[in-house]
Amino acid sequence: MAATLQTWAKGAVLEVQEYVRLLGQVARAVVTPPIYYRDIIEQFDSIGVGSLTVVLLAGLFTGMVLALNSGMTLDQFGARSMVGRLVSASMVKELGPVLTGLMVSGRVGSGIAAEIGSMLVTDQIAALRALGTDPIRKLVVPRVLAGLLMVPLLTVLATGVGMVGGWLVTVLQFHVASSVYWSSVTQGLYMQDVWMGGIKPFFLGFTIVTIGCHVGLRTTGGTQGVGNATKLAVVASSVAVIAVDFMVTKVLIVLIY
Amino acid sequence: MSSRQAQPRPALLDEALSFGGPIIVFDSVDLAFDEKVILRNVSFTLQTGHTKVFLGASGAGKSTILRLTLGLLKPDAGRIFVNGEQIDRMREDALMQVRADLGMVFQEGALFDSLTVRENVGYKLYEELGWPIDKADARVAEVLGFIGLGEFIDRMPSELSGGQRRRVAIARAMAAKPRILLYDEPTTGLDPITALTVDEEIIKLRDLEGVSSVLVTHQLRDAFFVAEHAASRETHDVSFEKAPKEKTDQAEFIMLKDGGILFEGSATELRDAAKDDAYIRSFLS
Repeated sequence: MAATLQTWAKGAVLEVQEYVRLLGQVARAVVTPPIYYRDIIEQFDSIGVGSLTVVLLAGLFTGMVLALNSGMTLDQFGARSMVGRLVSASMVKELGPVLTGLMVSGRVGSGIAAEIGSMLVTDQIAALRALGTDPIRKLVVPRVLAGLLMVPLLTVLATGVGMVGGWLVTVLQFHVASSVYWSSVTQGLYMQDVWMGGIKPFFLGFTIVTIGCHVGLRTTGGTQGVGNATKLAVVASSVAVIAVDFMVTKVLIVLIY
Repeated sequence: MSSRQAQPRPALLDEALSFGGPIIVFDSVDLAFDEKVILRNVSFTLQTGHTKVFLGASGAGKSTILRLTLGLLKPDAGRIFVNGEQIDRMREDALMQVRADLGMVFQEGALFDSLTVRENVGYKLYEELGWPIDKADARVAEVLGFIGLGEFIDRMPSELSGGQRRRVAIARAMAAKPRILLYDEPTTGLDPITALTVDEEIIKLRDLEGVSSVLVTHQLRDAFFVAEHAASRETHDVSFEKAPKEKTDQAEFIMLKDGGILFEGSATELRDAAKDDAYIRSFLS
Protein backbone atom coordinates (compact mmCIF):
# COMPACT_ATOMS: atom_id res chain seq x y z
CA MET A 1 0.00 0.00 0.00
CA ALA A 2 2.77 2.41 1.02
CA ALA A 3 4.76 1.42 -2.06
CA THR A 4 1.76 2.07 -4.31
CA LEU A 5 1.23 5.46 -2.72
CA GLN A 6 4.90 6.27 -3.12
CA THR A 7 4.84 5.28 -6.81
CA TRP A 8 1.71 7.33 -7.38
CA ALA A 9 3.19 10.36 -5.60
CA LYS A 10 6.43 10.10 -7.59
CA GLY A 11 4.44 9.88 -10.83
CA ALA A 12 2.35 12.91 -9.88
CA VAL A 13 5.42 14.98 -8.95
CA LEU A 14 7.10 13.96 -12.21
CA GLU A 15 4.04 15.06 -14.22
CA VAL A 16 3.99 18.43 -12.48
CA GLN A 17 7.73 18.83 -13.01
CA GLU A 18 7.43 18.03 -16.72
CA TYR A 19 4.43 20.36 -17.09
CA VAL A 20 6.31 23.23 -15.45
CA ARG A 21 9.34 22.47 -17.64
CA LEU A 22 7.11 22.64 -20.72
CA LEU A 23 5.78 26.02 -19.59
CA GLY A 24 9.36 27.27 -19.20
CA GLN A 25 10.28 26.04 -22.68
CA VAL A 26 7.18 27.71 -24.13
CA ALA A 27 7.97 31.01 -22.38
CA ARG A 28 11.47 30.98 -23.84
CA ALA A 29 10.31 29.94 -27.31
CA VAL A 30 7.69 32.70 -27.49
CA VAL A 31 10.29 35.45 -27.13
CA THR A 32 13.19 34.01 -29.14
CA PRO A 33 13.45 33.09 -32.83
CA PRO A 34 12.61 31.10 -34.86
CA ILE A 35 8.87 31.74 -34.74
CA TYR A 36 6.68 29.76 -37.12
CA TYR A 37 4.13 32.37 -38.15
CA ARG A 38 2.31 30.16 -40.66
CA ASP A 39 1.69 27.51 -37.99
CA ILE A 40 0.44 30.19 -35.61
CA ILE A 41 -2.08 31.42 -38.17
CA GLU A 42 -3.14 27.84 -38.94
CA GLN A 43 -3.75 27.20 -35.24
CA PHE A 44 -5.72 30.44 -34.85
CA ASP A 45 -7.94 29.15 -37.63
CA SER A 46 -8.12 25.60 -36.32
CA ILE A 47 -8.74 26.46 -32.66
CA GLY A 48 -10.67 29.70 -33.13
CA VAL A 49 -12.73 29.35 -36.30
CA GLY A 50 -12.94 25.57 -35.94
CA SER A 51 -14.52 25.81 -32.49
CA LEU A 52 -16.97 28.56 -33.43
CA THR A 53 -20.00 26.40 -34.22
CA VAL A 54 -19.86 24.25 -31.10
CA VAL A 55 -19.19 27.25 -28.84
CA LEU A 56 -21.96 29.37 -30.36
CA LEU A 57 -24.50 26.55 -30.12
CA ALA A 58 -23.54 25.89 -26.50
CA GLY A 59 -23.81 29.62 -25.69
CA LEU A 60 -27.16 30.00 -27.45
CA PHE A 61 -28.85 27.09 -25.71
CA THR A 62 -27.34 27.96 -22.34
CA GLY A 63 -28.73 31.50 -22.60
CA MET A 64 -32.10 30.11 -23.64
CA VAL A 65 -32.34 27.58 -20.83
CA LEU A 66 -31.12 30.15 -18.33
CA ALA A 67 -33.88 32.55 -19.40
CA LEU A 68 -36.41 29.74 -19.31
CA ASN A 69 -35.57 28.59 -15.78
CA SER A 70 -35.06 32.02 -14.26
CA GLY A 71 -38.15 33.32 -16.05
CA MET A 72 -40.32 30.56 -14.53
CA THR A 73 -39.04 31.39 -11.05
CA LEU A 74 -39.18 35.16 -11.41
CA ASP A 75 -42.66 34.92 -12.87
CA GLN A 76 -43.92 33.68 -9.50
CA PHE A 77 -42.90 37.04 -8.03
CA GLY A 78 -44.14 39.07 -10.98
CA ALA A 79 -40.55 39.93 -11.87
CA ARG A 80 -40.22 38.49 -15.38
CA SER A 81 -38.77 41.80 -16.54
CA MET A 82 -35.66 40.96 -14.48
CA VAL A 83 -34.74 37.91 -16.60
CA GLY A 84 -32.16 39.88 -18.63
CA ARG A 85 -30.33 40.81 -15.43
CA LEU A 86 -29.91 37.16 -14.43
CA VAL A 87 -28.95 36.02 -17.90
CA SER A 88 -26.30 38.70 -18.39
CA ALA A 89 -24.74 38.36 -14.93
CA SER A 90 -24.58 34.56 -15.16
CA MET A 91 -23.35 34.43 -18.73
CA VAL A 92 -20.72 37.15 -18.46
CA LYS A 93 -19.25 36.20 -15.12
CA GLU A 94 -19.43 32.44 -15.12
CA LEU A 95 -21.25 30.45 -17.74
CA GLY A 96 -19.72 32.09 -20.81
CA PRO A 97 -16.09 31.46 -19.81
CA VAL A 98 -16.65 28.04 -18.23
CA LEU A 99 -18.87 26.60 -20.95
CA THR A 100 -16.57 27.88 -23.66
CA GLY A 101 -13.66 26.39 -21.76
CA LEU A 102 -15.38 23.02 -21.46
CA MET A 103 -16.40 22.99 -25.12
CA VAL A 104 -12.86 23.89 -26.21
CA SER A 105 -11.46 21.22 -23.85
CA GLY A 106 -13.58 18.58 -25.54
CA ARG A 107 -12.82 19.68 -29.05
CA VAL A 108 -9.35 21.20 -28.93
CA GLY A 109 -7.68 19.64 -25.88
CA SER A 110 -8.40 16.13 -27.12
CA GLY A 111 -7.42 17.02 -30.69
CA ILE A 112 -4.08 18.45 -29.62
CA ALA A 113 -3.25 15.43 -27.45
CA ALA A 114 -4.25 13.01 -30.23
CA GLU A 115 -2.31 14.86 -32.93
CA ILE A 116 0.88 15.36 -30.96
CA GLY A 117 0.61 11.89 -29.41
CA SER A 118 0.28 10.28 -32.86
CA MET A 119 3.27 12.25 -34.10
CA LEU A 120 5.26 11.10 -31.09
CA VAL A 121 4.52 7.38 -31.41
CA THR A 122 5.18 7.39 -35.17
CA ASP A 123 8.56 9.14 -34.69
CA GLN A 124 7.41 12.30 -36.46
CA ILE A 125 8.48 14.40 -33.46
CA ALA A 126 11.93 12.80 -33.55
CA ALA A 127 11.98 13.43 -37.31
CA LEU A 128 11.19 17.10 -36.68
CA ARG A 129 14.13 17.35 -34.28
CA ALA A 130 16.37 15.49 -36.72
CA LEU A 131 15.44 18.03 -39.39
CA GLY A 132 16.49 20.86 -37.09
CA THR A 133 13.05 21.90 -35.83
CA ASP A 134 12.28 22.37 -32.15
CA PRO A 135 8.87 20.68 -31.64
CA ILE A 136 8.06 23.13 -28.85
CA ARG A 137 8.38 26.06 -31.24
CA LYS A 138 6.69 24.32 -34.15
CA LEU A 139 3.86 22.47 -32.41
CA VAL A 140 3.34 23.83 -28.90
CA VAL A 141 3.87 27.59 -29.19
CA PRO A 142 1.35 28.11 -32.04
CA ARG A 143 -1.29 26.14 -30.12
CA VAL A 144 -0.62 27.98 -26.86
CA LEU A 145 -0.86 31.38 -28.55
CA ALA A 146 -4.03 30.35 -30.35
CA GLY A 147 -5.60 29.01 -27.15
CA LEU A 148 -4.55 32.07 -25.18
CA LEU A 149 -6.06 34.53 -27.63
CA MET A 150 -8.92 32.65 -29.27
CA VAL A 151 -10.64 31.31 -26.15
CA PRO A 152 -11.35 34.87 -24.87
CA LEU A 153 -12.74 35.81 -28.30
CA LEU A 154 -14.88 32.68 -28.39
CA THR A 155 -16.07 33.47 -24.86
CA VAL A 156 -17.19 36.96 -25.89
CA LEU A 157 -19.11 35.47 -28.81
CA ALA A 158 -20.64 32.68 -26.72
CA THR A 159 -21.71 35.18 -24.07
CA GLY A 160 -23.21 37.48 -26.68
CA VAL A 161 -25.08 34.66 -28.37
CA GLY A 162 -26.23 33.43 -24.96
CA MET A 163 -27.81 36.82 -24.28
CA VAL A 164 -29.50 36.65 -27.68
CA GLY A 165 -30.81 33.19 -26.74
CA GLY A 166 -32.14 34.62 -23.48
CA TRP A 167 -33.75 37.47 -25.40
CA LEU A 168 -35.51 35.02 -27.76
CA VAL A 169 -37.03 33.07 -24.87
CA THR A 170 -37.88 36.17 -22.84
CA VAL A 171 -39.64 37.83 -25.76
CA LEU A 172 -41.31 34.79 -27.29
CA GLN A 173 -42.13 32.77 -24.18
CA PHE A 174 -42.62 35.41 -21.49
CA HIS A 175 -43.78 38.18 -23.80
CA VAL A 176 -41.44 40.76 -22.30
CA ALA A 177 -40.63 43.69 -24.56
CA SER A 178 -37.19 43.63 -26.22
CA SER A 179 -36.28 47.05 -24.83
CA VAL A 180 -37.11 45.89 -21.29
CA TYR A 181 -34.96 42.79 -21.70
CA TRP A 182 -31.91 44.63 -23.06
CA SER A 183 -32.26 47.38 -20.49
CA SER A 184 -32.35 44.71 -17.80
CA VAL A 185 -29.25 43.08 -19.32
CA THR A 186 -27.23 46.29 -19.00
CA GLN A 187 -28.58 47.06 -15.54
CA GLY A 188 -27.44 43.64 -14.33
CA LEU A 189 -23.88 44.15 -15.48
CA TYR A 190 -21.17 45.83 -13.44
CA MET A 191 -17.74 46.69 -14.74
CA GLN A 192 -16.18 44.22 -12.31
CA ASP A 193 -18.29 41.43 -13.87
CA VAL A 194 -17.04 42.36 -17.32
CA TRP A 195 -13.45 42.33 -16.08
CA MET A 196 -13.98 38.95 -14.48
CA GLY A 197 -15.58 37.50 -17.61
CA GLY A 198 -12.84 38.99 -19.76
CA ILE A 199 -9.83 37.90 -17.73
CA LYS A 200 -10.83 34.33 -16.91
CA PRO A 201 -10.84 32.96 -20.49
CA PHE A 202 -7.14 33.82 -20.93
CA PHE A 203 -6.29 31.50 -18.04
CA LEU A 204 -8.72 28.83 -19.22
CA GLY A 205 -7.47 28.88 -22.82
CA PHE A 206 -3.86 28.67 -21.67
CA THR A 207 -4.65 25.80 -19.31
CA ILE A 208 -6.55 23.76 -21.92
CA VAL A 209 -3.91 23.89 -24.65
CA THR A 210 -0.90 23.46 -22.38
CA ILE A 211 -2.49 20.37 -20.81
CA GLY A 212 -3.33 19.02 -24.28
CA CYS A 213 0.25 19.58 -25.45
CA HIS A 214 1.77 18.17 -22.25
CA VAL A 215 -0.34 15.01 -22.39
CA GLY A 216 0.39 14.61 -26.12
CA LEU A 217 4.13 14.94 -25.61
CA ARG A 218 4.07 12.36 -22.79
CA THR A 219 2.25 9.74 -24.87
CA THR A 220 3.64 6.22 -24.71
CA GLY A 221 2.49 2.86 -25.98
CA GLY A 222 1.48 3.13 -29.63
CA THR A 223 -2.05 3.69 -30.85
CA GLN A 224 -3.58 2.54 -27.56
CA GLY A 225 -1.43 5.14 -25.86
CA VAL A 226 -2.78 7.81 -28.18
CA GLY A 227 -6.33 6.81 -27.20
CA ASN A 228 -5.43 7.01 -23.52
CA ALA A 229 -3.73 10.37 -24.01
CA THR A 230 -6.83 11.76 -25.72
CA LYS A 231 -9.06 10.61 -22.87
CA LEU A 232 -6.68 11.95 -20.27
CA ALA A 233 -6.42 15.32 -22.02
CA VAL A 234 -10.20 15.79 -22.05
CA VAL A 235 -10.64 14.73 -18.44
CA ALA A 236 -7.67 16.68 -17.11
CA SER A 237 -8.38 19.87 -19.03
CA SER A 238 -12.12 19.79 -18.17
CA VAL A 239 -11.40 19.40 -14.46
CA ALA A 240 -8.66 22.03 -14.75
CA VAL A 241 -11.13 24.46 -16.36
CA ILE A 242 -13.42 24.22 -13.33
CA ALA A 243 -10.54 24.37 -10.85
CA VAL A 244 -8.77 27.28 -12.56
CA ASP A 245 -12.11 29.07 -12.85
CA PHE A 246 -12.54 28.79 -9.09
CA MET A 247 -9.02 29.96 -8.30
CA VAL A 248 -9.06 32.88 -10.72
CA THR A 249 -12.51 33.93 -9.46
CA LYS A 250 -11.23 33.84 -5.87
CA VAL A 251 -8.22 36.00 -6.75
CA LEU A 252 -10.24 38.44 -8.87
CA ILE A 253 -12.84 38.91 -6.14
CA VAL A 254 -10.03 40.03 -3.85
CA LEU A 255 -8.43 42.24 -6.49
CA ILE A 256 -11.31 43.98 -8.26
CA TYR A 257 -14.43 43.86 -6.11
CA MET B 1 12.07 30.62 -40.32
CA SER B 2 15.61 30.38 -39.15
CA SER B 3 18.96 30.13 -40.87
CA ARG B 4 20.17 26.80 -39.57
CA GLN B 5 22.52 26.16 -42.46
CA ALA B 6 25.34 23.66 -42.09
CA GLN B 7 28.21 26.02 -41.31
CA PRO B 8 31.45 25.72 -43.33
CA ARG B 9 34.06 23.95 -41.24
CA PRO B 10 37.36 25.63 -40.43
CA ALA B 11 40.05 24.63 -42.97
CA LEU B 12 42.06 22.48 -40.54
CA LEU B 13 38.97 20.60 -39.36
CA ASP B 14 37.82 20.21 -42.93
CA GLU B 15 41.14 18.63 -43.79
CA ALA B 16 41.03 16.38 -40.74
CA LEU B 17 37.52 15.25 -41.63
CA SER B 18 38.17 14.72 -45.34
CA PHE B 19 37.84 11.19 -46.78
CA GLY B 20 38.94 8.70 -44.15
CA GLY B 21 38.83 11.24 -41.29
CA PRO B 22 36.85 10.51 -38.09
CA ILE B 23 33.43 12.04 -38.81
CA ILE B 24 31.59 10.21 -35.99
CA VAL B 25 33.39 9.06 -32.86
CA PHE B 26 31.86 7.22 -29.89
CA ASP B 27 34.26 7.04 -26.94
CA SER B 28 33.29 4.65 -24.11
CA VAL B 29 29.60 5.51 -24.27
CA ASP B 30 27.28 4.16 -21.56
CA LEU B 31 23.52 4.51 -21.46
CA ALA B 32 20.89 2.98 -19.21
CA PHE B 33 17.18 3.60 -18.76
CA ASP B 34 16.50 3.12 -15.04
CA GLU B 35 17.93 -0.32 -14.28
CA LYS B 36 18.09 -1.48 -17.90
CA VAL B 37 21.53 -1.12 -19.49
CA ILE B 38 21.18 -0.18 -23.18
CA LEU B 39 24.82 0.51 -24.12
CA ARG B 40 27.93 -0.43 -22.18
CA ASN B 41 31.35 1.03 -23.01
CA VAL B 42 30.62 1.41 -26.74
CA SER B 43 33.46 2.91 -28.79
CA PHE B 44 33.78 3.14 -32.56
CA THR B 45 34.81 5.58 -35.28
CA LEU B 46 33.05 6.19 -38.59
CA GLN B 47 35.43 7.52 -41.17
CA THR B 48 34.32 10.05 -43.75
CA GLY B 49 32.88 8.39 -46.86
CA HIS B 50 32.69 5.00 -45.15
CA THR B 51 29.69 2.95 -44.00
CA LYS B 52 29.17 1.54 -40.54
CA VAL B 53 26.62 -1.29 -40.37
CA PHE B 54 25.14 -2.12 -36.96
CA LEU B 55 23.73 -5.60 -36.52
CA GLY B 56 22.14 -7.16 -33.49
CA ALA B 57 18.96 -8.55 -32.05
CA SER B 58 15.97 -6.33 -31.29
CA GLY B 59 16.66 -4.27 -28.18
CA ALA B 60 20.45 -4.59 -28.57
CA GLY B 61 20.81 -0.80 -28.71
CA LYS B 62 21.25 -0.31 -32.46
CA SER B 63 18.67 2.45 -32.95
CA THR B 64 19.83 4.08 -29.70
CA ILE B 65 23.22 4.68 -31.31
CA LEU B 66 21.54 6.67 -34.09
CA ARG B 67 19.53 8.70 -31.57
CA LEU B 68 22.70 9.43 -29.60
CA THR B 69 24.45 10.52 -32.80
CA LEU B 70 21.63 12.95 -33.51
CA GLY B 71 21.61 14.21 -29.92
CA LEU B 72 18.03 13.00 -29.43
CA LEU B 73 19.36 11.12 -26.39
CA LYS B 74 22.23 11.98 -24.05
CA PRO B 75 24.69 9.31 -22.86
CA ASP B 76 25.17 8.67 -19.14
CA ALA B 77 28.95 8.54 -19.66
CA GLY B 78 31.45 8.76 -22.49
CA ARG B 79 31.97 11.21 -25.32
CA ILE B 80 30.40 11.54 -28.76
CA PHE B 81 31.92 13.60 -31.56
CA VAL B 82 30.04 14.39 -34.76
CA ASN B 83 31.64 16.42 -37.51
CA GLY B 84 34.36 17.54 -35.11
CA GLU B 85 31.94 18.77 -32.43
CA GLN B 86 31.50 17.12 -29.04
CA ILE B 87 27.74 16.71 -28.77
CA ASP B 88 27.18 14.59 -25.67
CA ARG B 89 26.63 17.59 -23.38
CA MET B 90 25.51 20.06 -26.01
CA ARG B 91 22.37 22.19 -25.54
CA GLU B 92 19.41 21.61 -27.84
CA ASP B 93 19.92 24.95 -29.65
CA ALA B 94 23.54 24.14 -30.46
CA LEU B 95 22.58 20.62 -31.51
CA MET B 96 20.32 22.06 -34.20
CA GLN B 97 23.47 23.36 -35.89
CA VAL B 98 25.10 19.92 -35.76
CA ARG B 99 21.92 18.29 -37.10
CA ALA B 100 22.07 20.61 -40.11
CA ASP B 101 24.75 18.28 -41.48
CA LEU B 102 22.96 15.05 -40.57
CA GLY B 103 20.07 13.28 -42.19
CA MET B 104 18.12 10.41 -40.69
CA VAL B 105 15.82 7.84 -42.22
CA PHE B 106 13.53 6.56 -39.48
CA GLN B 107 11.91 3.14 -39.21
CA GLU B 108 8.67 3.24 -41.24
CA GLY B 109 9.84 6.56 -42.70
CA ALA B 110 8.20 8.85 -40.10
CA LEU B 111 6.88 11.07 -42.90
CA PHE B 112 4.68 13.99 -41.79
CA ASP B 113 1.26 12.63 -42.66
CA SER B 114 -0.40 16.04 -43.06
CA LEU B 115 2.14 17.15 -45.70
CA THR B 116 2.51 16.11 -49.35
CA VAL B 117 5.59 14.33 -50.65
CA ARG B 118 6.89 17.68 -51.93
CA GLU B 119 6.42 19.33 -48.52
CA ASN B 120 7.95 16.36 -46.71
CA VAL B 121 11.03 16.21 -48.91
CA GLY B 122 11.49 19.97 -48.93
CA TYR B 123 10.58 20.47 -45.26
CA LYS B 124 14.06 21.46 -44.14
CA LEU B 125 14.61 23.68 -47.17
CA TYR B 126 11.29 25.53 -46.88
CA GLU B 127 10.96 25.69 -43.09
CA GLU B 128 14.46 25.71 -41.63
CA LEU B 129 16.93 26.86 -44.24
CA GLY B 130 14.67 29.48 -45.79
CA TRP B 131 15.60 28.64 -49.36
CA PRO B 132 13.76 30.62 -52.06
CA ILE B 133 10.73 28.61 -53.23
CA ASP B 134 12.07 28.13 -56.78
CA LYS B 135 15.42 26.85 -55.58
CA ALA B 136 13.80 24.55 -52.99
CA ASP B 137 11.30 23.22 -55.55
CA ALA B 138 14.14 22.46 -57.96
CA ARG B 139 16.07 20.58 -55.26
CA VAL B 140 12.95 18.61 -54.26
CA ALA B 141 12.39 17.63 -57.90
CA GLU B 142 16.07 16.69 -58.19
CA VAL B 143 16.12 14.38 -55.15
CA LEU B 144 12.79 12.81 -56.05
CA GLY B 145 14.23 12.16 -59.52
CA PHE B 146 17.32 10.66 -57.87
CA ILE B 147 15.18 8.11 -56.04
CA GLY B 148 12.85 7.64 -59.01
CA LEU B 149 9.65 8.99 -57.45
CA GLY B 150 9.29 12.26 -59.37
CA GLU B 151 5.70 11.54 -60.38
CA PHE B 152 4.60 11.14 -56.75
CA ILE B 153 5.48 14.71 -55.78
CA ASP B 154 1.90 15.81 -55.01
CA ARG B 155 0.76 12.59 -53.31
CA MET B 156 0.10 12.31 -49.58
CA PRO B 157 2.19 9.77 -47.61
CA SER B 158 -0.94 7.66 -47.03
CA GLU B 159 -1.17 7.14 -50.81
CA LEU B 160 2.31 5.58 -51.00
CA SER B 161 3.39 1.96 -50.55
CA GLY B 162 5.76 1.00 -47.73
CA GLY B 163 8.79 0.98 -50.04
CA GLN B 164 7.87 4.33 -51.57
CA ARG B 165 7.51 5.84 -48.10
CA ARG B 166 11.03 4.68 -47.15
CA ARG B 167 12.43 6.12 -50.39
CA VAL B 168 10.66 9.44 -49.79
CA ALA B 169 12.15 9.38 -46.28
CA ILE B 170 15.59 8.93 -47.86
CA ALA B 171 14.86 11.83 -50.21
CA ARG B 172 13.83 13.99 -47.24
CA ALA B 173 17.00 13.08 -45.34
CA MET B 174 19.26 13.89 -48.31
CA ALA B 175 17.49 17.03 -49.55
CA ALA B 176 19.70 19.46 -47.66
CA LYS B 177 22.85 17.62 -48.80
CA PRO B 178 24.06 16.40 -45.39
CA ARG B 179 27.51 14.84 -45.09
CA ILE B 180 26.21 12.05 -42.86
CA LEU B 181 23.11 9.87 -43.28
CA LEU B 182 21.73 7.60 -40.59
CA TYR B 183 19.41 4.76 -41.59
CA ASP B 184 17.26 3.08 -38.96
CA GLU B 185 16.16 -0.29 -40.32
CA PRO B 186 15.25 1.18 -43.72
CA THR B 187 14.28 -2.17 -45.24
CA THR B 188 12.48 -3.86 -42.35
CA GLY B 189 9.06 -5.09 -43.41
CA LEU B 190 9.72 -4.63 -47.13
CA ASP B 191 9.66 -7.39 -49.71
CA PRO B 192 13.12 -8.37 -51.07
CA ILE B 193 12.70 -6.54 -54.39
CA THR B 194 11.59 -3.27 -52.77
CA ALA B 195 14.31 -3.65 -50.13
CA LEU B 196 16.84 -3.90 -52.95
CA THR B 197 15.72 -0.54 -54.39
CA VAL B 198 16.22 1.03 -50.94
CA ASP B 199 19.68 -0.61 -50.66
CA GLU B 200 20.60 0.82 -54.04
CA GLU B 201 19.61 4.32 -52.92
CA ILE B 202 21.93 3.95 -49.91
CA ILE B 203 24.79 2.83 -52.16
CA LYS B 204 24.12 5.66 -54.65
CA LEU B 205 24.23 8.27 -51.91
CA ARG B 206 27.47 6.84 -50.53
CA ASP B 207 29.29 6.33 -53.84
CA LEU B 208 27.91 9.13 -55.99
CA GLU B 209 27.28 11.84 -53.37
CA GLY B 210 30.12 10.98 -50.97
CA VAL B 211 27.83 10.66 -47.96
CA SER B 212 29.10 8.87 -44.84
CA SER B 213 26.50 6.34 -43.66
CA VAL B 214 25.45 4.54 -40.53
CA LEU B 215 23.09 1.68 -41.27
CA VAL B 216 21.19 -0.07 -38.52
CA THR B 217 19.51 -3.25 -39.62
CA HIS B 218 18.85 -6.87 -38.82
CA GLN B 219 18.35 -7.69 -42.49
CA LEU B 220 21.69 -9.37 -43.22
CA ARG B 221 21.00 -9.67 -46.92
CA ASP B 222 20.64 -5.90 -47.19
CA ALA B 223 23.64 -5.22 -44.97
CA PHE B 224 25.94 -7.40 -47.10
CA PHE B 225 24.50 -6.01 -50.33
CA VAL B 226 25.24 -2.42 -49.24
CA ALA B 227 28.72 -3.40 -48.02
CA GLU B 228 29.74 -5.41 -51.05
CA HIS B 229 28.35 -3.39 -53.95
CA ALA B 230 29.40 -0.12 -55.51
CA ALA B 231 27.52 2.33 -57.71
CA SER B 232 28.91 4.12 -60.72
CA ARG B 233 27.33 6.56 -63.11
CA GLU B 234 27.66 6.16 -66.84
CA THR B 235 26.12 9.16 -68.59
CA HIS B 236 22.59 9.14 -67.05
CA ASP B 237 22.40 5.53 -65.95
CA VAL B 238 23.62 4.28 -62.60
CA SER B 239 24.98 0.76 -62.48
CA PHE B 240 25.72 -1.47 -59.48
CA GLU B 241 28.43 -4.06 -59.39
CA LYS B 242 30.44 -6.11 -56.91
CA ALA B 243 32.83 -3.78 -55.13
CA PRO B 244 36.60 -4.44 -55.04
CA LYS B 245 38.14 -5.44 -51.70
CA GLU B 246 39.44 -1.97 -50.83
CA LYS B 247 35.89 -0.67 -51.27
CA THR B 248 34.22 -3.41 -49.24
CA ASP B 249 36.71 -2.74 -46.44
CA GLN B 250 35.22 0.77 -46.19
CA ALA B 251 32.01 -0.81 -44.90
CA GLU B 252 32.57 -1.95 -41.34
CA PHE B 253 30.20 -4.17 -39.42
CA ILE B 254 29.55 -3.86 -35.70
CA MET B 255 27.52 -6.52 -33.94
CA LEU B 256 25.97 -5.52 -30.65
CA LYS B 257 25.04 -7.93 -27.91
CA ASP B 258 23.65 -6.99 -24.49
CA GLY B 259 24.64 -3.36 -24.99
CA GLY B 260 28.28 -4.09 -25.82
CA ILE B 261 30.23 -4.59 -29.04
CA LEU B 262 30.61 -8.30 -29.80
CA PHE B 263 32.30 -7.91 -33.17
CA GLU B 264 33.79 -5.13 -35.30
CA GLY B 265 35.26 -5.66 -38.75
CA SER B 266 34.62 -6.07 -42.47
CA ALA B 267 32.07 -8.33 -44.14
CA THR B 268 34.74 -10.96 -44.80
CA GLU B 269 35.95 -10.83 -41.19
CA LEU B 270 32.35 -11.17 -40.01
CA ARG B 271 31.89 -14.34 -42.02
CA ASP B 272 35.19 -15.67 -40.65
CA ALA B 273 34.17 -14.80 -37.08
CA ALA B 274 30.96 -16.78 -37.52
CA LYS B 275 33.05 -19.95 -37.72
CA ASP B 276 34.32 -19.43 -34.17
CA ASP B 277 31.45 -17.62 -32.45
CA ALA B 278 28.16 -19.44 -31.98
CA TYR B 279 26.14 -16.24 -31.49
CA ILE B 280 27.41 -14.64 -34.70
CA ARG B 281 26.92 -17.94 -36.48
CA SER B 282 23.32 -18.18 -35.30
CA PHE B 283 22.77 -14.59 -36.42
CA LEU B 284 24.21 -15.14 -39.88
CA SER B 285 22.55 -18.48 -40.51
